[in-house]
Amino acid sequence: MISGSGCNNRASPIRLKDVTQVGVLYTEAEQAERFRLLAREQLPRLYGIARKLVGSDAEDAVQDCLLKAFRNLGQLNDESAAPAWLASILVNCCRDRGRTKGRRPEEVNFEDVEEFSLYRKIAYEDPFPYSDSLHLDFLEEFTAEDVRSVLMRLSELYRVPLVLVYMEGFLVREVAEILEAPTGTILARLHRGRKLFEKHMWSYATDHGLLKEAAR
Amino acid sequence: MISCSEAVRQLWEYLDGLVGDRELESIEAHLARCRRCCGELEFARELRGTLERASEVDVPDAVLRRLTQTLEDLEP
Ligand SMILES: [Zn+2]
Repeated sequence: MISGSGCNNRASPIRLKDVTQVGVLYTEAEQAERFRLLAREQLPRLYGIARKLVGSDAEDAVQDCLLKAFRNLGQLNDESAAPAWLASILVNCCRDRGRTKGRRPEEVNFEDVEEFSLYRKIAYEDPFPYSDSLHLDFLEEFTAEDVRSVLMRLSELYRVPLVLVYMEGFLVREVAEILEAPTGTILARLHRGRKLFEKHMWSYATDHGLLKEAAR
Repeated sequence: MISCSEAVRQLWEYLDGLVGDRELESIEAHLARCRRCCGELEFARELRGTLERASEVDVPDAVLRRLTQTLEDLEP
């Protein structure tokens, strides 16, 4: 809780750590200014998350998120929770964008996916015949941009948990909260998502001639 | 002993520390005897690292400027 009055230190600059609550003891203009400070700090991170979730729509998704967060500033009781709160709003803005664009989950034969092993596929196809570390050679053909393109081949259902857990370091429990789904559901999507990711790594490599270039 | 395909199915969960005690035991017993699955495990670890490394995204200056402007324009 806030100790003392919010009016005592008027002359000193706003420092986020001084006060733990937004929406109390502040004028609307002050609230807006605090929000700007909080959000500005988070812009690179928010854009990074959006870039991985919606690709070229990232900037629009962050715009949506900022407007929505500002409208719902009253929900934020604890400023230290602001990064997680903004990320949660952003993820949902990204999902809305995906939906309005009418992207449908791809048809996937999950039995095939369940059985797929990228490790075995690489060993079997042997794209680098003279290499004694072909699995690592395979991964080295992928730039960061390539990996993000592979992720964009997955439907949003699987991409979102993969990105949040393996790239952004969220806990499964936190992802479940953000997506308002049971933990078991998120675990199942992660499991399938990983398999799909492996499968798309292979198809992306063959589609983009990554293996041919490497073999030369 | 569990089969290779059973072991492989759980490797990521194993790496993430998401398997229960009994599964943990059976996976480790399998890995102790199976070289191919050890290779699979090592690869799963590398693949996870590949994902992690691809997480860094640069924000173009123009984008950052426009987003900052959006914040400036917010009116209570
Ligand atoms: Zn095995």
